[in-house]
Amino acid sequence: MRIFDPHIHMTSRTTDDYEAMHAAGVRALVEPAFWLGQPRTSPASFFDYFDSLLGWEPFRAAQYGIAHHCTIALNPKEANDPRCAPVLDELPRYLVKDQVVAVGEIGYDSMTPAEDTALAAQLQLAADHELPALVHTPHRDKLAGLRRTLDVVRESALPPGRVLVDHLNETTVKEAKDSGCWLGFSVYPDTKMDEERMVAILRAHGPEQVLVNSAADWGRSDPLKTRRVGELMLAEGFTEDEVDRVLWRNPVAFYGLSGRLNLALAATEATHEGNSILRGGA
Amino acid sequence: MTRPHTAWDTPAADTEGTTPARTSPAALHDHLRAHLDGAARAWLDQALDEAAAHPGIRGPISVWELRLAEAGRRCGPEHADAARVLILHTARAGTDAVTRVYYQGTAAERRSVLHALPHLVDGPGALPLVEDALRTNDTSVVAAAVGPYAARHLSPHLWRHAVLKCLFTGVPVAEVADLERRAHADAELARMLADYAAERTAAGRPVPEDLYRVLTLCDPTATPPARTAEHGTRGTDGKES
Repeated sequence: MRIFDPHIHMTSRTTDDYEAMHAAGVRALVEPAFWLGQPRTSPASFFDYFDSLLGWEPFRAAQYGIAHHCTIALNPKEANDPRCAPVLDELPRYLVKDQVVAVGEIGYDSMTPAEDTALAAQLQLAADHELPALVHTPHRDKLAGLRRTLDVVRESALPPGRVLVDHLNETTVKEAKDSGCWLGFSVYPDTKMDEERMVAILRAHGPEQVLVNSAADWGRSDPLKTRRVGELMLAEGFTEDEVDRVLWRNPVAFYGLSGRLNLALAATEATHEGNSILRGGA
Repeated sequence: MTRPHTAWDTPAADTEGTTPARTSPAALHDHLRAHLDGAARAWLDQALDEAAAHPGIRGPISVWELRLAEAGRRCGPEHADAARVLILHTARAGTDAVTRVYYQGTAAERRSVLHALPHLVDGPGALPLVEDALRTNDTSVVAAAVGPYAARHLSPHLWRHAVLKCLFTGVPVAEVADLERRAHADAELARMLADYAAERTAAGRPVPEDLYRVLTLCDPTATPPARTAEHGTRGTDGKES
């Protein structure tokens, strides 16, 4: 089973996790920029975080044979802090980088005017940089949040086919699917979705444009939930092709819209990456 | 910044090698012309024309810096280092420009800046970038940092620590430019290597094979530390924490 985790915060995870993920079949992942447990108070700490998503974290992932890409954005929660809002002005220089495959996570947290501004501005940035967008839907007041999100997407320059709305559940899947957006589901030990409900949603709504992620981070979460969903799909009668579609081909298709996905990485020796050109580079 | 020119601060004799740092820009260009496909070659030609025509900053970011960022997806990761070095060279990037590009760059872009330094910066003004790279834990960045520019300008103390870091993290010492000249008769480096070998041996761990190679360069007459039965090519796991 080959697995592409389309949403996981590896910055918060250990090398044991990378090892277990590789053993479970994870060969690629996308790490979206998001908030941390501790709020940031200045743009500089965002820039160090973004640089880490473009430097250290891909190096760590490569040591375990996993291709690492990221999405870059000012997240909605911290968009409410005027000390952090200037991050928006610096995003263009990050959005041109090779490993950036979407703008994200953007969206709503508390649905404030500052979040409206940040969401609209960053959907425009995605259109300007020919990138798709990863849109987080809020935990509180979720259905209203989804509707407001879809309204802003419709008013933006970005077609719904280039937008992934994430953290969906039974109450939001239908409207999200009708919008034409890609559909993301986060499978958690306690909150969001679980494996059984995920498989039921796949049965009811089909695997088209569905992405399943672990969204593992610094909270209670499990980086192997993608694998668990694949196993349960097989046990419940889905075919291996359908599992591959949900856990590999759909995320490849969505993030491939960026034109920047590079899945060539196998288990190459990390220490030899610095001297590629005339040594087997051709 | 200014640093005193001392014995180590001399041009390196070694100009041949395997990295973009040790290959002339003209040879890099020939190599890319021979290996890039049509679309990538056309993209590179245009990127170099732009860099030659508009080397300075226009607006918030110069065109050649945008080209630098996208070189990986345009030329393929295996050709990105060479393409980026060529763009930097064509844009005639000086110390200020390479410093900005380095600090705003991904790991791949930082590597290309380090490779480009010997082609672009004559004096020691870009040494802070090398020192920054030697503080990282990304071995591909460390390997790029110990090229000809470091060989010319890095102080003896920092250069010795760079060699030791290579042994510690598994970067082959073949990456260290001008190793023979700088290691020659370096009694302090020989002492550090012997101590490191003793530490590994005391812990029951293999001594990197490269250590003996460097030790021989420091002092051809030295009695090498007793070798354990097992030999490794690297330290434990490259972990420096």
